[in-house]
Amino acid sequence: MPRPKRTARTRWLRVLPLFSPLLIGCDLLVPGLPADNAILDAPLDGLLPEQLAVHLAGDEEFARRFSPADGVGPTFNATSCDQCHVGEGKGHVIFNLTRFGRMGPDGFDPLRELGGPQLQDRALPGFLPEQIPAGVTGAAAFMPPSVTGLGFLEAVDDATLLALQDPDDADGDGISGRVQLLDASTVISEIADLETVVLGDSPTRGTLVDGQFIGRFGRKAGSINLLHQTVNALLQDMGLTTDIFPRDLLNVQTGNFAEDGVIDPEISSSVLNSLVFYLKTLREPLRRDETHPDVVAGDALFGSIGCADCHLPTLRTGVSELPQLSNVTFHPYTDLLLHDMGPELDDGYTEGRALTAEWRTTPLWGLGLSADFQGGQAFFMHDGRALTLTDAIGLHGGEGAASRAAFQALSAEDKDRVLAFLRSL
Amino acid sequence: MKQGGVRYLSAGLITVAFLGGPVEGAAQADTILAADTILAQEGIYNRPFITSVGRTAIGGYVEGNTNWFKEDGLGEGFSMELRRFNIFLFSTISPRIRLIAELEFEHGTEEIALETALIDFRVSPSLGLRGGIILPPIGFFNQNHDSPNWNFVERPLVSTEIIPSTLSEVGFGVFGKFFPGKVTVSYDLYLTNGLRDGIVVNDQGRTHIPSGKSEEQFGEDNNGSPALSGRLAARVPGLGEVGGSFYTAKYNTFVIEGDKVDDVRRVSILAFDAQTSQPWGEVRVEVALADIDVPASLSELFGDRQWGGHIDVTVPVWRPRMAGYPRHSTLELGLRLERLDMNVGTFSTTGSNIFDETTAFVPSISFRPTSDTVFSFNYRREWHRDMQGNPTVITAGYQFGLATYF
Repeated sequence: MPRPKRTARTRWLRVLPLFSPLLIGCDLLVPGLPADNAILDAPLDGLLPEQLAVHLAGDEEFARRFSPADGVGPTFNATSCDQCHVGEGKGHVIFNLTRFGRMGPDGFDPLRELGGPQLQDRALPGFLPEQIPAGVTGAAAFMPPSVTGLGFLEAVDDATLLALQDPDDADGDGISGRVQLLDASTVISEIADLETVVLGDSPTRGTLVDGQFIGRFGRKAGSINLLHQTVNALLQDMGLTTDIFPRDLLNVQTGNFAEDGVIDPEISSSVLNSLVFYLKTLREPLRRDETHPDVVAGDALFGSIGCADCHLPTLRTGVSELPQLSNVTFHPYTDLLLHDMGPELDDGYTEGRALTAEWRTTPLWGLGLSADFQGGQAFFMHDGRALTLTDAIGLHGGEGAASRAAFQALSAEDKDRVLAFLRSL
Repeated sequence: MKQGGVRYLSAGLITVAFLGGPVEGAAQADTILAADTILAQEGIYNRPFITSVGRTAIGGYVEGNTNWFKEDGLGEGFSMELRRFNIFLFSTISPRIRLIAELEFEHGTEEIALETALIDFRVSPSLGLRGGIILPPIGFFNQNHDSPNWNFVERPLVSTEIIPSTLSEVGFGVFGKFFPGKVTVSYDLYLTNGLRDGIVVNDQGRTHIPSGKSEEQFGEDNNGSPALSGRLAARVPGLGEVGGSFYTAKYNTFVIEGDKVDDVRRVSILAFDAQTSQPWGEVRVEVALADIDVPASLSELFGDRQWGGHIDVTVPVWRPRMAGYPRHSTLELGLRLERLDMNVGTFSTTGSNIFDETTAFVPSISFRPTSDTVFSFNYRREWHRDMQGNPTVITAGYQFGLATYF
């Protein structure tokens, strides 16, 4: 039978298979959204479109790589927020900050006249990075923490934190946490004023305690609120000036030579405010596998061996200017207090009234996602010195020593349950 | 052009003119010019010019495309862009002297640049002199980047991130061809003003060679030390062309008013390219390695070694007869594979690999109603790992592009 003659119209049919990718559909060829509980940079639920717009503007600034023309440097550690806090999670140890100072008869001196307390170990071409000066008695590496859920921690009332303190261990449980207190310097007072919100009879955060402000952010709780934390990070980490810190950091070891030539402040107040709003409105991390029997059992063990005495599972916010953060119960696994962690974690460095062995309890939420934001290898503790959760628990001395011993006394199965619980956070 | 550029340009042209040997007859030169115009070296002349005014011809190309991409499930939706509108001027001033210039408008009038403005003086087939705003011959793409010649909407990553195409620099040099047996060997060697400090002083937060480009370099070199670039290539009839090329320059401002203010920092790029055109299709390959002196205070964060490469394969699958179009209308399938590593090395603190790597896979379906016009549909899937090596970010989507000479 003769083949039918191929016409121009039938020839076109031969190429239809070439367009099959279009017919397969988008789902196979275009990446879908990651699981909601695998990301740390989602906004709070229920933000208004106007709030989301500011949140997204802050997100853009958080990811922005600042250039020398923007004012970065001349000495710095990183050129963007998200270099240290990738995906808003914990940072890699290559971005560890070093802080130093000298202990003297009058207490700890952060050596500001010698470039302290933070070492800017990178510099623009034509400038020299800092070096740790002679005479330092203590230096600590600070691994970048996750920045998610910080709005909840900020919205906890001062009174709540004061009520959690037990500085003299009155209850005899071996835990004696206390709030960080920072001198009411002009700058800190200004920052407290800028962020003061009075929605009731009087402010419930940023209040004075014996003439000092309560610190709650940072490894040593050296910042009183997110504005304080942000302006410090912009200046100390990136060399970017703001209305609050309008002078560039200079390497005093090289004789204070010229600044970067960019008009100060390098970060406008609107950019700063969008960054702070962004940090306030990042959602808390969501858990994974929380109903798995081993995780449930591990949760119970976590409490029974005393870990939850410092890594407090539940806190409640006070009244907030953001309804989404107002009077909300949340689960950060921290009490935001300073605790003595023993000689193994005493690096000889401190801030505020904290002793050199005292560290603010690190929130454990998001812990199970650490490796996904640290290059596949999780790093734990303030400087990333522990590579496994078991190693991290083993480094808990001082007020954490009893819990560490209790964990180590558990059966292998129960240890695995505790670890499964931690990975679910 | 300021003093430094004029000095180099005039000195170079005069020197090479005296060393260039006897001038051959114009007819012979014309024959040679016309006989072999598909070398990579000839890319800038291998273009259609449709309008002539006296001895000057005018032409150009236009390129536009649509984009629809998603990155980890999030996208900006559908968008369109007119990437480039380029106008060429070509003039045969005499049988041995040619001028070509290219004015580029990117994204409408967002960026306007004089991309090329050069004069060629052919002393002999084996020696030509070139001066002006030239395209340093690093790899194949930089001199052969016209969009109508490519079936992929995006330019190769290696040709934009390692070799900063389109790289135009002011300078001068020599070029020519030899014909040992059936092989055509071409060479290019140029001195140009080179790249600037932007390689590390930029808004990328990493070493980024394209950020070293600057309009200021058209007027004056930032450090008084010209860049040297060159390419040596061989074309075998029936097989194709292979080329090796290099670019090396001191890129930073290290002396101001005679005083040393910084160490000398150099950027060097080594590239290999190969192309073949066979009845069954075309293959184009380009690989480049870069070595960059980075201040010690920026090391690891700013990479001192980078590399990238791509392979494009294009196969004609159908030559339809279309009313009003010539017989060589073709439907072509293509595939590009490419890889880029912007920071080769390991972290000293952990010993782990520094990533900052991108891999891409781009199948294409293209239709060329004429050889000067291409409609191209691309699917692009790109895998990126950040410097720390966090879980791969996948970007994927579709592009439809149109590019045509006019």
